[in-house]
Amino acid sequence: MTRSAALILALFTLLLAREVHAQKTLLNVSYDPTRELYKEFNPAFIKHWRAKTGESISFKQAHGGSASQARAVIDGLEADVVTLALAGDIDAIANKRLLAGDWQKRLPQNSAPYTSTIVFLVRKGNPKGIRDWSDLVKPDVSVITPNPKTSGGARWNYLSAWGYELARTNKSEPKAKEFVNSLYKNVPVLDSGARGSTTTFVERGIGDAFISWENEAFLAVNELGRDRFEIVVPSASILAEPPVAVVDKVVDRRGTRAIAQAYLEYLYTPEGQEIAAKHYYRPRLAAVAKKYSGNFPKIKLFTIDEVFGSWSKVQKAHFDDGGIFDQIYQLK
Amino acid sequence: MTHAFRQHSILPGFGLAMGFTVFYLSLIVLIPLGAAFLKTLTMGWTQFWETVSGPRALASYRLSIGASLVAASINSALGLLTAWVLVRYEFPGKRIVDALVDLPFALPTAVAGITLTALFAGNGWVGSWLEPLGIKIAFTWLGVVVALTFIGLPFVVRTVQPVLQELDPEIEEAAATLGASRWQSLKRVVFPELLPAVLTGFALAFARAVGEYGSVIFISGNMPMKTEITPLLIVTKLSQYDYSGATALAVATLAMSFVLLLFINLIQWWSRARYA
Repeated sequence: MTRSAALILALFTLLLAREVHAQKTLLNVSYDPTRELYKEFNPAFIKHWRAKTGESISFKQAHGGSASQARAVIDGLEADVVTLALAGDIDAIANKRLLAGDWQKRLPQNSAPYTSTIVFLVRKGNPKGIRDWSDLVKPDVSVITPNPKTSGGARWNYLSAWGYELARTNKSEPKAKEFVNSLYKNVPVLDSGARGSTTTFVERGIGDAFISWENEAFLAVNELGRDRFEIVVPSASILAEPPVAVVDKVVDRRGTRAIAQAYLEYLYTPEGQEIAAKHYYRPRLAAVAKKYSGNFPKIKLFTIDEVFGSWSKVQKAHFDDGGIFDQIYQLK
Repeated sequence: MTHAFRQHSILPGFGLAMGFTVFYLSLIVLIPLGAAFLKTLTMGWTQFWETVSGPRALASYRLSIGASLVAASINSALGLLTAWVLVRYEFPGKRIVDALVDLPFALPTAVAGITLTALFAGNGWVGSWLEPLGIKIAFTWLGVVVALTFIGLPFVVRTVQPVLQELDPEIEEAAATLGASRWQSLKRVVFPELLPAVLTGFALAFARAVGEYGSVIFISGNMPMKTEITPLLIVTKLSQYDYSGATALAVATLAMSFVLLLFINLIQWWSRARYA
């Protein structure tokens, strides 16, 4: 008995000793389409950090649907930083007091170091002649987009359509509601996530237009072939701002705040911005934006805050149970 | 007191065995389910009722439970046939066919869903034949039935098979010598023996289908009020951080499934009492 106790004690000491000597490993909990971006960004930052401080660190990535990732962090996944699809998901983590309520003001530009927008993917030759949002509500057009209630990314799609019509009709909410209504009447399949919708559009051949994040559309066209699909850029679209934040509770407990903070700030440097641009995210830094301006078509962009006030307002009015999105399907 | 439910058994140590059983069941079943119920208690009664009786929730129960019942029925009929063929006939490759039956259990459900959708979509192998006939399977409730039939296939086969193996063909011969027609001996001799096993398989396939998520969401199309299954509605609630709403729907589904399973058990008792 005493022997096994001693053994266990020895084992624990060994583990603890290992813990002290081991290099720090940080966890970045992110959403699906940033996989390729952080795969390139992490080694760049690790190199930068070693050059600056001499300390060796490593990074782990976790990817998944934005809301389910936020839920994992709330339920105890030890994320040092979160890089999610929308502010609402980080707000949900902040509501559980894992990070400060004013997290979005702690980094420049709404804590969104890179942005994207919403564009359409159509079949080669654009047989239905889709040019703008207004073409998506025509009765003979079939549109593919995921369910905004289960997909964070798809909420941007919905809001982009709403904002477009709102601007066109002099801020008439009933008109915008009707517009979004007829748009979703043209959606034959509501997948639960963006990748599912891509499969429906690309593999099943369903739909004339696929509403997509710009970075995803580029990826799809480059991976799946320019001979099959084209990107159509609407006249106006939303500025999607996927935000990033340090999770206070976790970094304070693990003593990783300095690294986590530097990691996120590095996203704003020319090096970080360049990597983001290479992965089809729109850079914030003017110099980098100029260098890659050929990749990103000019488009009139509006933000959530300009049109809707804030994410929490949007969530409540549009996507909560019984909200405007639900009403589309209850009317029948 | 302890003697009241103590029975003689070849296994010694009733206390220990019973203790382990209760501990195991609590750990695996009762505690997680209890947690779901407790989470639901955080919402008031009216809120609970609104959540579980909304039009979308009702539509989703209709689809989830209805499609599960249809799928379990299909599996009962065809599973019985499969078991019969596997037990009563000898043919080359029998072992391979026997092993094939279990495959739906081994396959990740998402893979099953994507594969079935690829087959049954308008441009798929099967779908491209059916679509001109006006039959749409993928992205309709029929697609849900197809997916649920697929994942539930092994249950009835595997519950009926051992019973059928025990059933001596001589009994049928005896029935025949006593003047029973084929139909009579099937109805009066074979079927009563198999019914409890078929019902068990039916109940298992049904229970598995009601909770199925992974394979269905790919093929169903997920249109609210039409092809939205209850598990998807639960995931939707979770995406909105509405934990209590999600568990409320889970509790409602569990309650309905429990009533149905209880009903199936009653039929089983009744059939045993009648034919015993």
